[in-house]
Formats: sequence, structure tokens, C-alpha cells
Amino acid sequence: MSPNHIGELFEAALGGNRRALGKLLTMVEKQGSSAAMVSERAHRDAGQARVVGVTGAPGTGKSTITGQLAGASGASRPAILAIDPSSPLTGGAILGDRIRMDNHVGCGAFIRSMATRGHAGGLAVAVPDAVRVLDAAGCDPIIVETVGVGQVEVSIAAAADTTVVVVTPGWGDAVQANKAGLLEVADVFVVNKADRPDARGARRDLELMLDLGHRSRWRAPIVLTTATKAEGIDDLWAEIERHTAYLHDSGELIRRRGRRRRDEVADRIELELRDRVHQIVQGEPGEAALGRVDRNEISPAAAAELLLAALKPHNPPEG
Amino acid sequence: MSDPCCEAESPIRVVLAKLGLDGHDRGLKVVARTLRDAGMEVIYLGLRQSTDSIVAACEQEDADVIGLSMHNAGHLTLVPRMVQAVDQAGLDVPVVIGGIVPAHDVPTLIEFGAAAVIGPGASAEEVVSAVEAAVARPTAAR
Amino acid sequence: MVESLSGIPLDSFYGDELRPGEYPYTRGLYSTGYRSKLWTMRMFAGFGTATDTNGRFHALLRAGGTGLSTAFDMPTLMGRDSDHEWAIGEVGRAGVAVDTLADMEDLFAGIELDKVTTSMTINGPAAICMAMYIAVAEKSGVGRGDLGGTIQNDILKEYQAQKEYIFPPRPSVRLVTDLIRFTAAEMPRWHPVSISGYHIREAGSTAAQELAFTLANGFAYVEAAVAAGLDVDDFAPRLSFFFNAHSDFFEEIGKYRAARRIWATWMKNRYGATNPKSLMCRFHTQTAGVSLTAQQPENNIARVAIQALSAVLGGTQSLHTDSYDEALALPTEKAARIALRTQQIVAHETGAASVVDPLGGAPFVEWMTDEMERRAGEIFDHIDQLGHGSMLEGVYAGIEDGYFVGEIADAAYRFEREVNAGRRIIVGVNEFTEGDDEEANLLSIGHDTEELQLKRLAKVRNDRDGDAVNTALAALSTAAEQPDVNLMPPIIDAVRTYATEGEIVAALETVFGTYIETAVV
Repeated sequence: MSPNHIGELFEAALGGNRRALGKLLTMVEKQGSSAAMVSERAHRDAGQARVVGVTGAPGTGKSTITGQLAGASGASRPAILAIDPSSPLTGGAILGDRIRMDNHVGCGAFIRSMATRGHAGGLAVAVPDAVRVLDAAGCDPIIVETVGVGQVEVSIAAAADTTVVVVTPGWGDAVQANKAGLLEVADVFVVNKADRPDARGARRDLELMLDLGHRSRWRAPIVLTTATKAEGIDDLWAEIERHTAYLHDSGELIRRRGRRRRDEVADRIELELRDRVHQIVQGEPGEAALGRVDRNEISPAAAAELLLAALKPHNPPEG
Repeated sequence: MSDPCCEAESPIRVVLAKLGLDGHDRGLKVVARTLRDAGMEVIYLGLRQSTDSIVAACEQEDADVIGLSMHNAGHLTLVPRMVQAVDQAGLDVPVVIGGIVPAHDVPTLIEFGAAAVIGPGASAEEVVSAVEAAVARPTAAR
Repeated sequence: MVESLSGIPLDSFYGDELRPGEYPYTRGLYSTGYRSKLWTMRMFAGFGTATDTNGRFHALLRAGGTGLSTAFDMPTLMGRDSDHEWAIGEVGRAGVAVDTLADMEDLFAGIELDKVTTSMTINGPAAICMAMYIAVAEKSGVGRGDLGGTIQNDILKEYQAQKEYIFPPRPSVRLVTDLIRFTAAEMPRWHPVSISGYHIREAGSTAAQELAFTLANGFAYVEAAVAAGLDVDDFAPRLSFFFNAHSDFFEEIGKYRAARRIWATWMKNRYGATNPKSLMCRFHTQTAGVSLTAQQPENNIARVAIQALSAVLGGTQSLHTDSYDEALALPTEKAARIALRTQQIVAHETGAASVVDPLGGAPFVEWMTDEMERRAGEIFDHIDQLGHGSMLEGVYAGIEDGYFVGEIADAAYRFEREVNAGRRIIVGVNEFTEGDDEEANLLSIGHDTEELQLKRLAKVRNDRDGDAVNTALAALSTAAEQPDVNLMPPIIDAVRTYATEGEIVAALETVFGTYIETAVV
């Protein structure tokens, strides 16, 4: 993919061409050689859009809320990144979130489904790149939705300006949310299915937990929604905007985004290192060193020490 | 990133949907799982889609192929509409038809522009290879 | 005196321990079984305009029939008018198109509605079709109290399997309950719900899931009607069921027997019903459309015959047999006739109708019955837990969190993989495949019906009093906002103004919202 072609795609995407934007996202999703160019080009223009993360346990109604939020934002070009796990066995995935997001009146968002593609570490790189591309293409807000079950999924939703955590009435959810570390990352809480009799109880539980753990200047508000009837969504958007204003006024936005970029750089190094470690261990020097371990000539620790030298450039390890 | 392992073909991305009012989605769901288990990424739109919503999904998702399920004898009306909508959007995405299509209508659907028609009772291998043939590449093996 | 083919005299049932006609009715609802009354051979069919179907109704009545069965087309089933964008290509195709009262008037023109029973297979807009039927009858001078028949009106299984829903579950169940209350008060000969497992099975469930989900839906309606202020014995005698007859012969027979036992025990013990009729699980059965193969379609005649026999040995009250060509297209007249003949052969030639529950007491059949009950019991426990002690809430929760569709999709996929791997043989599909080279003679339908119907709808829209329509629709929306108001009267008022089905649905949608399913694949 030539830089010229990528430039043309960006021009088109900025003009609202959905196909061009779709192609750019495919490039960063593959994380191949053109991804670096796309990322580079996107980074120049990015930084304008509000990034909202939405996460919660399966079945909480996140997707519906995400779709409705895009509509409630009143923005002309909202975008959604919906992230779902790939099957660890086959690498395939079923991405079914669009149905819930797209069917709501007034959504009008650009929706892209992303699968985790087996390597969770890769996601930590691909998602920021995808957000960057959407941002550079003029989308705003950008809503990133993940299933809040694993650490990685939670941390992706948490790498936003504002993170929304969705729970439903019932103790089970609150406990699960706590387990997955969901509560700590929340800037705004949503108790969805508020038409259920125990919704107020769920809110009380959350208030109690916030009382116990509350430290920063921002106390996460709790919004009751009934997504099936689109109730409470405007309130939710208002709280997100209030949080945006807080981020600006307090200087927290600059700190957060700085931290996010630092994490991303660290993630990229880690991913690269992991790949290289993999190559070294699988490669000739690795085989040789492991053979010596097998023959009880050196310890695993000594083998690791030996192979580590290979990570340093122009300093090939001795077998 | 220059890592050669990441230059591999990515999974085939398939948009699966039904057009119109028909609510029979058993076959569509089985196909969704079959394709997932063959390593593809299935963007599942499910029931009651329009040609517009399918085209929009294809653009945004940069899909490689559309899988359309038919049941209520609407195939002769709906398939040409779908193919036309894809062409009008300037997309180069093949349309594969599955479901209840009488054998004597298959040549007509191919003439209308369907890339393949998978009949009732097709095996998992037949479904996967029809999709791979339509995209003209195997999905990334894992 | 009933005798075997060779002249051996036969009692009406055998075995003394547990008798048919006695609680919990495992062996059958009546001690005389099919001797006093054969099952009803109800063949569900129809396509075209209301006038076409009316002609067939008259032919059927002239031939001595008394039961009319109405199939509606997809747009009607989905609450959309024939001129809706989604309706194109579907109008009049799989059933009759009904947009306004005018169509219902054509459909039943010249028929004395107090002299027939009518079955209407419709769910989402059931209340609207019921209202139209009442309005047609009353226009011809027949009171609603003299109307007899059944309307499917089983919305819960739509979210679980058939997917012909309009509104979200709770307001939809309110409409079901409103119709139950309305018929309990004013229409004593009407069956307001036919609780259907057929579609659950067709969507891929196992036999035990079909049994459990269906009965759980039944319990949910009972709880909803009781919550609306009815006494269980006021409406339970008019509830009926609809099961699938699939290919595993003994599993199916166990399923029907378990259904009767479970329903009777739950109605008595959990819901406190005292009227014996409230405890009786009456059911219609249809052979499994999904078991029919497109390959070597004539083999389907044998499948249907065996499935029909299982339904009869299981004690069904009525039966529809599928036509062998249905895996390919709508049935031809010849195929439909063979299907009916198959039932007649089972009824009159096999002796299966001579003795009640002839397989009762066989160790395997009794074990399978118990096993079905046990497996269903596990599912009931789960649903009850989801609902914190309420089956109704449990069913809602299972719909919301994708439990039902997920279980069904799992079962369907498991089956397909077994067939694919050759662990399960389907004759003519993955084994014994030679000889599948003949093209069957198929039915195709033209587009004239659609054109006719669109013209008819345009004319009705043009001729009616628009202000009256708007007033009635506004009154309906207002009533919908009040949960305690029974919506049947305002819906009847609305259909009388020739408001279209789509307009009435829209008036309710403004209050109820529209259901969008979660993708559980």
C-alpha cells in the first residue's frame, strides 16, 4: 500500500466516504506494514474526538446503550468500535453487536466490529490505532464497547476519556463487576433495566461501594436507564458531557491522554519484544540453548541469560 | 511493525443476513457457527435487514463477502435487488445465497449475479468452500 | 365392539395401575380415547387474496367440514400492511393478506360464523385479527358470545424461536392477557391461546427443550392472567397446546405423555386449579417440517407417516401432516392430499386408534416419559431461579439474556455437526444418496395477488372516514398508556373504522416500543 493511496483514503474518509474509512480500519486491524503508515498519518490529525468506553458484563444491554448514546450525542458523525472475542481454537468470531446498535432511530453512527484475533496484546495496539483513524477521519464521539469480563477487555474500555460501566439489577452483577475490576475504572455508572423492581437496590449497592472506595475529586454518578425503551439515555449523555467538562477544567484530560499514550508505547514495545522473544526461542540459538538445558549442561536461568543477549541489536548470542 | 507473522492474510469477514420479513433463522445461525469454526469473522446482522443496511455494514466492516439466507420463496425478487444494491454502492463484494432455493432456480440466481447458491442439506465443508471460492482465498488458518 | 383386523375383540384400554382419563392423565385425557372421537384432521393451508380463501372455505363447508383454518401472509403476521416496504414479494404468498376489516369481511363472506369453528394462526397482531373477526360476526348479526375457535396468540415463543414479534415481551404479554380476560368474560367458546412448542422444535431445540420451554410459557401465561385478576379455573380450561412430531418415535411419545403429567401436576399443585379441565393438557400436533429433506423428497411421505403415528399413539387431539414437497416450496395439491391420506390410513387401517395409550406400561416408554419429565424439571428449575420464584419473570429474563435462543442454537448446531460428521444418518442426505436426480413438480405463485391486494388497500384507505380512524387510533394509544385498561374494546373500535393493521400496530408501538432481538448465535 503506497503512502499516496493511504493519503487518498484519508481524504475520502474525511469527506464521509464509509468505504474508505472501512479500508483504513482493516489496515490497522491487520497491523501489517501499512498499519504503521496509516497510524503515522492518522496521528497527525487525531486528538480532536471525545473517546467514550462502554463496558459491562454480558447481557447488560451495553450494545443497545452504545447505539443509543451515539444518537443522543446529537453529533453528526459518531462512531462505534464494538469489540468481541475471537474463538481461541479457530480464530473465527461471531460479531453480532451491530443489530442492537444500528436499529435504533437516530443512531446514524459508523459502526465497526473488531474481533480480538487471538492475541489480546495485539488488541492493545490495534484499538488505539483504530480510534486514531476514526478521529482523524472526523468522527466524534468515538465509543469503544467491550465485554467487561477479562482484564484486557476492561483495560481497553478504560483507555478512554470517559469510561461508562453498565450493570443490571441484582447482586450477582455487582459482585461480578467488582471481580473484573470494573468498578475502579468507572467514570459513570449505568444501572440498566431500571424498570425491574430491584433497580433501586442496585443503585444503593453501588453508592455504598463508592462511599467505601471514593478517593478522587470526581465521584462517578449513577444513571438509571431502560435501554429497551430508550429511557435515561439523554441523562447518561449529559453525565458524560459533565465528565468531559470536568476533565477539561481539572487538567485531568491532559494527564489521562498522556498516560494513555505512554501505556500504548509501552504496549507496543512489549508486543514487539514478545514477538522477538518468540522468534529467538523458536529459532536456532534457542534450540541450541534449550538442548543444553535438556542435557542438564546449563540451567533454564542460564539459558535465558544467554538468549537475552540476542535481544540487543548487533550483539548476536553465542550458542 | 515489520513482524512477518503479522503480514499473514487476515480472516475472511462475512456479513450474514436475511432480507425482508421472514423469521426463519435456524439455518443462518448454523452457518454463522460453521464459518466461525472455519476461522472466519462473521458480522451477524440476522433478521429483517434491508439491502441498504447490508450495504452499509459491508462498507463499514470492510467485508469480503455477503451471505444471504432465503426461505419464503422470495429469492427471485430479493437476490437481484441485493446484487444491484452492492453494484450501485460500487462494492466488489460477492453475494452467496443459502437456504431453500429450488434447484431449477439456481441458474437464474447465478444469472442475476449471485456468486454461489448453497442448497438445503449442504455439508459444512460445502458451505465453507463456497464462501472461500467466492472470496477467492482461503481464510487465515490458525 | 371394537375388533382388530383379524376380528379379535379389544377393550378400550389395557392395564389397571394407571388409567387413561384419570389424574395426572399420563395415559390420556379420556378413558375412551379415539373411540368416542377421532383426532381432528386439521390441515393448515392457504394463500392468495381473502376472496380466494373464502371460495375454499365454502367448498370445505359444502363437503361437510365445520372447522376453518386460516393462514396469514408474512406482512399480516408481522403487523405490517401490504404496502409496507418490507412486504414486497410476500403479499398473499404464504397465507392470506389481511390489512383491514374489509379483507376479513371478504374472507368470511356468506359463512354463518356461529355454525363453524375458526382457527387463526397469528401471534403478534392476534388481538387485532380477533377484533376484526368479532366485528365481522357482529356486522352479520352473530354475537361474540356465539363465536367458537382458537387463535394462536402465543407471543412468548416468538422471542424464543419463530421471531414474529412486534412489541417487547411485557406489553405483548399484556395483549395476550387482555385477550384471555376478554374471552373469559365474553366469549366462552373461544380458545384464546395455543401454547406452541412446534416452532421451538423447528428452530432446532431438543424434545425435552420443546417440552419444557412450551410448558414454561404456559405457566407464564397462567401467572400473567392470575396477576390480571382472573381465577385460574376461569381460563385454564380453554388453554391448549401445539407440539411438534419429530422423527425419534419413542422420544416423541414420551414427550406427549410427560406433557400431560407435568401440566396436570403443576396446575394442581402450584397454581391450585380444581376444575379437572384446567389440569388437562389438550394439544394439536404437526409433523416436523424441519425433518423433511429436499433430497429424494418422496422419502418424506414415510417420515411423515411415522411421525403422525407417534402423535396418535401419544394421544394428540388434532393433527396436521406435512406435505412431502415442503422442503422445496409451498405444497402442491397432490402432495397435500397424500399428507391427509396418511392421517386417514393411520386412523382407519392401522388400529392405532382402537386402544387408548397402547404403549403405556412398556418399560422403555415409561422410562422415556419419566426421563422427559426429569429433563424438563431441570429446565423449569433454571427458569424459576431466573425469575426468583416466578415462571413469568423467569421466561422474561430468559428472553432478555438470550437463554432460550442460545440453548436452541446450541442444540441446532450440535445436530448439524452430527449429521455433517456422519454420526447421524439422514437417509438420502448423507447416506443412501443415489437416486436423487428427479426434479419434483413444484408450485409457484404469481404476482397478481400482490397487485390486487395493493389496489384493495388503496381503495379502503380512500373510502373510509379519516377523522374517525384518527380518533380511534388516538383513543387506543391513550388506553395503551394505562396498564389496567383492557385493550380489546378500543382495538375493536379501531378496526370498525377500517384502520389498517399497520396503523393499529403503529398506535401501540408509540407506547410499547418495538422489539429488537439480541444476536445470540
